[in-house]
Amino acid sequence: MAHPSTEQVWEWLEAVPDPEIPVLTLADLGIIRNVDWEGDTCVVTVTPTYSGCPATSIINLDIETALRDKGLTKIELRNQLDPAWTTDWMSEKGREKLEKYGIAPPQPAGGPERCPHCGSPNVEKLSQFGSTPCKAQWRCTDCLEPFEYFKCI
Amino acid sequence: MADVDNKALFEFLVRMGDNTLILGHRVSEWCGHSPILEEDIALANTALDLLGQTKMWLDYAGKVQGEGKSADDLAFLRDAWDLRNVLLVELPNGDFGQTLMRQFLFDAYHSIILGHLLKSSDDEVRAIAQKASKEVAYHLERSADTVVGLGDGTPESHRRMQAALDYLWPYVGEMFETDDIDRAMASAGVAPEPSGLRADYDALVGRVLADATLTIPEGKFAHKGGRNGYMHTEHLGHLLCEMQWLQRAYPGCEW
Repeated sequence: MAHPSTEQVWEWLEAVPDPEIPVLTLADLGIIRNVDWEGDTCVVTVTPTYSGCPATSIINLDIETALRDKGLTKIELRNQLDPAWTTDWMSEKGREKLEKYGIAPPQPAGGPERCPHCGSPNVEKLSQFGSTPCKAQWRCTDCLEPFEYFKCI
Repeated sequence: MADVDNKALFEFLVRMGDNTLILGHRVSEWCGHSPILEEDIALANTALDLLGQTKMWLDYAGKVQGEGKSADDLAFLRDAWDLRNVLLVELPNGDFGQTLMRQFLFDAYHSIILGHLLKSSDDEVRAIAQKASKEVAYHLERSADTVVGLGDGTPESHRRMQAALDYLWPYVGEMFETDDIDRAMASAGVAPEPSGLRADYDALVGRVLADATLTIPEGKFAHKGGRNGYMHTEHLGHLLCEMQWLQRAYPGCEW
C-alpha cells in the first residue's frame, strides 16, 4: 500500500501545538528531528527540550494522535538526545508568536531584549526559573508588568 | 569503543543516576515549603531536571545490566545497600541555606564531571552528558549566586551559610575518591578519574566561597561509603521509605 510522503507527514506535524505554550507548534519549537518510513512504519524522531519536562510524554501522545487522525496506523516514536535541543532551533515565526503571546523569546545575550508588553528595554530578572522548565521570570521596570522569558539554551 | 566491562559500566551509571535521583528527591521535598514562591518554583524545577537526568542514566544502566529492568525498577525497587549515590546528596535539607549550600557543592562537581563526559568514548554517555550539562550549568549559576547572596548577606544569613559549609564540607571528599570501577571507566575512556577533577573543583568552589565571604574548613577528613555502597548515612533509609512507599505498598502499580 502506498503511504503518504514524508513531506506530507511533516506538514501534519507542523500543525500540532505545544501542550504548554499552545501558540507554538512542535515545528516552531524545533523538537521534531526526523520523519522517515521504515517499511510500512512511520518513524518520527523527537528530541526533548528539558530532560525532565513533563510535557514530553504529552507531546509524544499528541504526535501519535495527530497521525492516527490522518489514518496512519503504524507509528513509532524515537527519542534522540544527541545533538541536544537548543533554542537556536526555534523558528523565526515561533519567536514572533511567543512575543505576541507575552513571552519574551530567547536571546543569546541570556536575557530578554525588551518587555513583550510595552517594548521597553528596561527589564530586570525576578527569578531564574518560571512556570515551566524552559522559562524564567522577569519584570519590566517601565510598565512594571511581570512577564516570562523563554530561556536560551 | 574499547572493551568495557558491563558490570563496571553499570556501577558507574548507577552512581551517576543515584546522585541525581536522591538529590532530586531531596530538593523536591521543598515543594510547597520554600520561603518565597520564586524559590519554591526554582527548587521544583531543579528537582525536575535532576529526575529527568536520573531517567536517562538509569534507563541506560538497566539496558547495560541486561535483566530487563527499567529506570523505575532501579529507582523504586532497590534498597539502601544497593544505592550508589554520594553521602552528600542524601543529607537532610536543613534550612534553606543548607539546601542551597549542598546544591552548590554538588552542582560544582556535577558541572565539572559532565564537562568531561562530553568527550566520553561511550555514545550514550556522551549524549546524556550533552543534555544534562546545559541544565546543570544553569543550576550552578543559580546555586552559586544564592550562596554568594546569602553568605555575603546579613549577619544571620552569613552565620547560617558558614554553619552549613562547616557541616557539609566533610562530605565533599567522597566525590573525588577513585576506585577500581573509576579506573576501569578511565582506561576505557568512558569517564575521568574523579581524583583528577579535584583541582578544578577547588578553584571553582574556592572562588565562589571567597566571594561569599565564607571560610572553607581546614580539616581533610572525608565521610565515605555512599558511592561504593559500603555504608550510607541513617538518612537514606528514611528518604527511601517515603520515595518508594507506593511501589512497596502496591507492587507493580502504574501511573
